Amino acid sequence: MTYPCFRFLPTCLWAALVIPISLFSSAALASTHEFTLGNGLRLIVKEDHRSPVVISQIWYKAGSIDEVNGRTGVAHVLEHMMFKGTKKVPGGEFSRLIAAAGGRENAFTGQDYTAYFQQLHKSRLPLAMELESDRMRNLVLTEEEFSKEIKVVMEERRLRTDDQARALVHETLMATSYQSHPYRHPVIGWMNDLQNMTVEDARQWYERWYAPNNAVLVVVGDVDPRQTFNLARKYYGQIKAKPVLSLDQRKPQIEPKQLGVKRLTVKAPAQLPYVAMAYHALSLSKPETDWEPYALEMLAGVLDGNESARLNKVLVREQRIASTAGASYDSTARGPAVFYLDGTPSEGKTVVDVEAALRAEIEKLVRDGVTEEELARVKAQVVAGHVFQLDSMFFQAMQIGQLESIGLSYRDVDTILRKLQAVTAEQVREVAKKYLKDDNLTVAVLDPQPLEQKAPAAVPAGLRH
Amino acid sequence: MLRHLFFLLLGFYSQWAYATLPIQHWQADSGARVYFIESRDLPILDVSVDFSAGSSTDTPDKSGRAAMALHLVNLGAGGLTEDQLTKGFADVGAQLGAHFDQDRAGITLRTLSSARERGRALELFGKVIQHPDFPEYVLGREKARVIAGLKEADTKPGNIADRSLMKMLYGTHPYGLRGSGEIESVSKLTRQDMIDFHRFRYTAGDAVVSIMGDVSRDEAAAIAESLTRDLPRERRGQSIPEVTPPAVGTQRIAHPATQSHIQLAYPGIRRDDPDYFPLIVGNHILGGGGFTSRLMEEIRQKHGLAYSVHSSFTPLKEEGPFEIALQTQKEQSEEALSITRKVLADFIAGGPTEKELIEAKKNIIGSFPLRIDSNKKILGYLAMIGFYDLPLTYLNDYVKAVSKVTIPQVTQAFQRRINPSGMVTVVVGLPDTSGK
Repeated sequence: MTYPCFRFLPTCLWAALVIPISLFSSAALASTHEFTLGNGLRLIVKEDHRSPVVISQIWYKAGSIDEVNGRTGVAHVLEHMMFKGTKKVPGGEFSRLIAAAGGRENAFTGQDYTAYFQQLHKSRLPLAMELESDRMRNLVLTEEEFSKEIKVVMEERRLRTDDQARALVHETLMATSYQSHPYRHPVIGWMNDLQNMTVEDARQWYERWYAPNNAVLVVVGDVDPRQTFNLARKYYGQIKAKPVLSLDQRKPQIEPKQLGVKRLTVKAPAQLPYVAMAYHALSLSKPETDWEPYALEMLAGVLDGNESARLNKVLVREQRIASTAGASYDSTARGPAVFYLDGTPSEGKTVVDVEAALRAEIEKLVRDGVTEEELARVKAQVVAGHVFQLDSMFFQAMQIGQLESIGLSYRDVDTILRKLQAVTAEQVREVAKKYLKDDNLTVAVLDPQPLEQKAPAAVPAGLRH
Repeated sequence: MLRHLFFLLLGFYSQWAYATLPIQHWQADSGARVYFIESRDLPILDVSVDFSAGSSTDTPDKSGRAAMALHLVNLGAGGLTEDQLTKGFADVGAQLGAHFDQDRAGITLRTLSSARERGRALELFGKVIQHPDFPEYVLGREKARVIAGLKEADTKPGNIADRSLMKMLYGTHPYGLRGSGEIESVSKLTRQDMIDFHRFRYTAGDAVVSIMGDVSRDEAAAIAESLTRDLPRERRGQSIPEVTPPAVGTQRIAHPATQSHIQLAYPGIRRDDPDYFPLIVGNHILGGGGFTSRLMEEIRQKHGLAYSVHSSFTPLKEEGPFEIALQTQKEQSEEALSITRKVLADFIAGGPTEKELIEAKKNIIGSFPLRIDSNKKILGYLAMIGFYDLPLTYLNDYVKAVSKVTIPQVTQAFQRRINPSGMVTVVVGLPDTSGK
């Protein structure tokens, strides 16, 4: 549930699309083709001929997971700097050229990757490739541009984290749940690291990770695979490979075993208290033989996969302990995964009540298991979601890129869909029992602080506190 | 969409192929207006049913009524409990959604088009639209949840700014009412309010049924009929008062956040506005066009003052808001505000350059295929075209109209419509003057 950082504020559509991608939405692969250039660049082309448009995404296997202490946030800062120009295409020209071609573009940085994309009419794909390949190698980083852009990134951090009580809770929860794994650092970086970052930090990052043999190019749309390959070869083919660590050469950084429940409190301006719980879990590594990650996905589905799922039904509707309650798990990550639960107490209830109610649901699940009916309902959504996803080229490209950039393959999508449908009720109970236990757990509580500076003008009529 | 149905329109930039959508339109026996596009590419059916039941139908003492009614329709309907309904939709993998703004309340359904799934989903959807039960215990619970959400929203600088800005902009005009209502008014809503509102506002005569996807025209006709035949037939429409210029002013509200939220507004455009295209194209240049607008260039690229800055028009039946919004570190909020005002004033005084206009048109026209590259996006256009009674050729006309916009039209339209020194302004989060 770590939200990627965007180069600029995405439209609602993008935000909605990017964040919740999980195994619940897989795509058919009937018309997907893969190529590898001589320099190691992988190209995945998926045909979708419904509309004369195309999306081109380049995914670099470098995200906040690859950062080191003192330089957190550099992956995302470099993403911003990638729009500052090359010798051939000076600052700002990239965006102007794409806009003038009727294109839309953006970029985002996650824990495991950094990606850039353009959506445009299919006839403009060469332009997108020309510009994107140029900045893979020829980026010009200047002190002057860096000094302005780092301020923009700090504003982004203030907007999205420092002034958002629940974002602070999640940031602190991750920083506590993980004691050594780099997932403990926020993608946007710690403010002090941003304040002390230099253009040289960005340059080193670029030199180290931006290479064709550390990237995957994903093209989805009304294109011919062979022609697309020829285009990619033309624009990306001459870029030399670099000695980049492959994913399996990078340090594993295995998180030490947690030895007992951890608890923390965040004080921040807000009205409602809030509790978020994170259990260490595992992510998908061998799609064909793993079973636990699929069972964890189904577990999240049974708890919170639809309006009738357990947490909403029991905590919100029946017991009225919480005004919201949720569960989530994303099995696709390069590093480990976390199983989340969270909730907002309803009027008169406390975070203690909500935590107890969430735990009671887990205990009930471990004791009694799930019903076949519930499981079938979640599977129906897996199947429908798989079809619905085909309506969005962006979604289809996202799924391919995410899998490829964490060391899995777009081909695994079929396997994943099949294995999700094969999960049994007993397997769901087993993973609940194995992973959702106190020694794996970190609990974060928001202690809401009053807005003491608040002027009377902003107090709404009828506010009774 | 529908590749084989695309045809060429030789427009301003003739290298592009433009699509027009093969919209079929008729009136159902129930009185509902139906907009349909058949598309067999994917086994999906999307449906939207829209009513004149937006927040502008509220009054100050019933503020939040329209949103609550929409929120409750699927929480008990046709004798089925919320649990039976939500399970029923989930069992066939169907997804319910909603659209809500000042003018409109819409309910959407996405389902697989296979007979079993589609049949079950539509059966439940028909109950939700026509026979919501508004159970007392559900209303009580949801009121409490909405009020909790309002209390939370009232602590957030962005929400405080939004709310204050709309009050200043619209005063007592119904567009000034907050969609979700106020704590006081929501707490007084009754089950009878919901029933009366639904009976009065959710009528077949006012309904617009939009259908996109894998069904035939005959099937679409039967679907539209089944979703609206039990509703009252009346066509009530809604007359919304004209918007008058606001009293100029700047409101500054303290807040402990690290950033100031700065928002400026002025009455903007109507859906059928004669200045629609010059203002939309002009706004693209001023602050609407992603990364290449004047505001983005000045505020973010040149000065590094904000992550996000944009301007927008929200076209409604009457004049929807023209807004500019940005967030910046408190200490530099006055600097950011004065640069924003200057960019706006300069743009209105001088208009766009030739180059800016050409590039804006290239982007708006060239990105046209991206607007209609999925069933979901097309459904949104169907609902909008239907609700505002726009011509079926609207999307096609749009491209042509944009291509004809001239510099004097943009300049004059902005000068006539937006008074840069008459803007209402809100700054939430003030520089710390205590010397801390």
